Amino acid sequence: MEAILNVLQQILSTPAVLVGLIALIGLLAQKKPIEVVIKGTIKTILGFLVIGAGANVLVGALNYFGAMFNFGFGVNGVVPNNEAIVSLALNDYAQATAYIMAFGMLANIILARFSRLKYIFLTGHHTLYMAALIAVVLTVGGLTGWQLILAGSALLGLTMAIFPAMAQKTMVKITGDDSIAFGHFGTLGYVFSAWLGSLFGKGSASTEDIKFPKSLSFLRDTSVAISLTMFIFFLIVSVKAITTTGYAEAAALDANLAMGQHWFIFSLIQALTFAGGVYVVLAGVRLVLAEIVPAFKGISEKIVPDAKPALDCPVVFPYAENAVLLGFLVSFLGGIVGLGVLSLMGGTLALILPGVIPHFFCGATAGVFGNATGGRRGAIIGAFGHGLLITFLPAFLMPVMGSLGFAQTTFSDADFTVVGIIFGNIANFVQGTGLMAIVLASFAAPIIYALVVPKKVKA
Amino acid sequence: MAIKKIMCACGVGLGSSFLVEMNVNKVLKKLNVHDIEVSHSAATDVYKGAADLYVIGKDMNDMISAYGPTLVLDNIVSLPELEKKLTEYLTEKGVI
Repeated sequence: MEAILNVLQQILSTPAVLVGLIALIGLLAQKKPIEVVIKGTIKTILGFLVIGAGANVLVGALNYFGAMFNFGFGVNGVVPNNEAIVSLALNDYAQATAYIMAFGMLANIILARFSRLKYIFLTGHHTLYMAALIAVVLTVGGLTGWQLILAGSALLGLTMAIFPAMAQKTMVKITGDDSIAFGHFGTLGYVFSAWLGSLFGKGSASTEDIKFPKSLSFLRDTSVAISLTMFIFFLIVSVKAITTTGYAEAAALDANLAMGQHWFIFSLIQALTFAGGVYVVLAGVRLVLAEIVPAFKGISEKIVPDAKPALDCPVVFPYAENAVLLGFLVSFLGGIVGLGVLSLMGGTLALILPGVIPHFFCGATAGVFGNATGGRRGAIIGAFGHGLLITFLPAFLMPVMGSLGFAQTTFSDADFTVVGIIFGNIANFVQGTGLMAIVLASFAAPIIYALVVPKKVKA
Repeated sequence: MAIKKIMCACGVGLGSSFLVEMNVNKVLKKLNVHDIEVSHSAATDVYKGAADLYVIGKDMNDMISAYGPTLVLDNIVSLPELEKKLTEYLTEKGVI
């Protein structure tokens, strides 16, 4: 008896097996044929293990980067990258993340069914990343066990419904109809950009009237883009480190400072090692989601057929291709300016380097949103504001991330950082059960609102 | 040339390409075509011969079209557009 209990306990506490079990239950519930059930379950477990393998690859490069940055510049340097921080978070918070993701999707369906936030969030990788962020922040806030899972799932469900609702007004403007919604956790940055666009963009012509060079589009290949920017970052820090006095003595003591080869080769290899790690993590995430997302889509379509599917950011790219490129460039520029401001603050906050992936995807989307409300002037000012925003927000997120706050990477997109900052700081005042109560009240608010306040009748 | 593999591609190969894949599967099922393997991935994984047809959004065409035939969607989430274009393509290639 005890042996059986022991096995059961290990199944529920070994994250890879746990997500496999969730996939298994989902596949059985959909009455899939046995070979599909076996294939799906195995691929889900495999994916989870692959994410861990990717983390092992990229963490080595990050450790070098962090040690040399600290030595050379005397302050913590951070490259925001969702995949990197999630893979690190899963080392310690995998079990909570898996439960929160599973029940959080359920919470999303409950909100879509019973409140007026009729959105189903279908961008599975962002659901996973948000689940990991929430697991970290609420654990640091003193929640454990069932309280952590209950509060975490409610918070995840809330974010999955409320952020698409915030973007919907501009989405209607971009796509021209109200049938699809926007599901990408950079929403606050896009809404900010759209707001700046409406303030400053009056009368400006659309970005789509200008002719633009297409040569930068190769950066859409994420592996190439990460490799190139990390190479530049590594070149700067390794040259700065070796030209700082006392390098040889320090390198003799700290293995993470000793490059062991010429700085140019070292930078190239470590940059591409990091990009390789991210590539592996992405492959793992793809495997994990392969069964979960279609199941979630199918189940939610049955329970809430009138909900709008909230979809990943490239959904809006074809509507304004020039704004995509312009948004990326200007947001990246905003990131560089923001970095300058952070460094002038003299190391009170971590230095957030402009990660190419967040600036590309989120910056591009910010450009599209800014263009929708304020033409090319709106796209430029909006995307620049977005670039500043996603540079400062991660710096304020770091202190509430517990031991992960000292990592060389962190969450990049606006909604992750804002949710983390809000609930992490609430947790500084209210710990444990009180924190859970606040989260549950925020979850219940839109449902109570829908029950109490009569629906406006459209004229 | 027979069409055995369709790959849907986007920037990181997680979100929009996955949705397109689910839609392609839906269309193929409706057309009663069962011997085509459909996958989704990142632009990084696209090379000559990786698939017989790439289904992508309009914004990706410049980078992908060098590696093989592409089916370009103006609206990547539109099922009617995909159904129309994919049916036309498969008819033209003699698959259906």
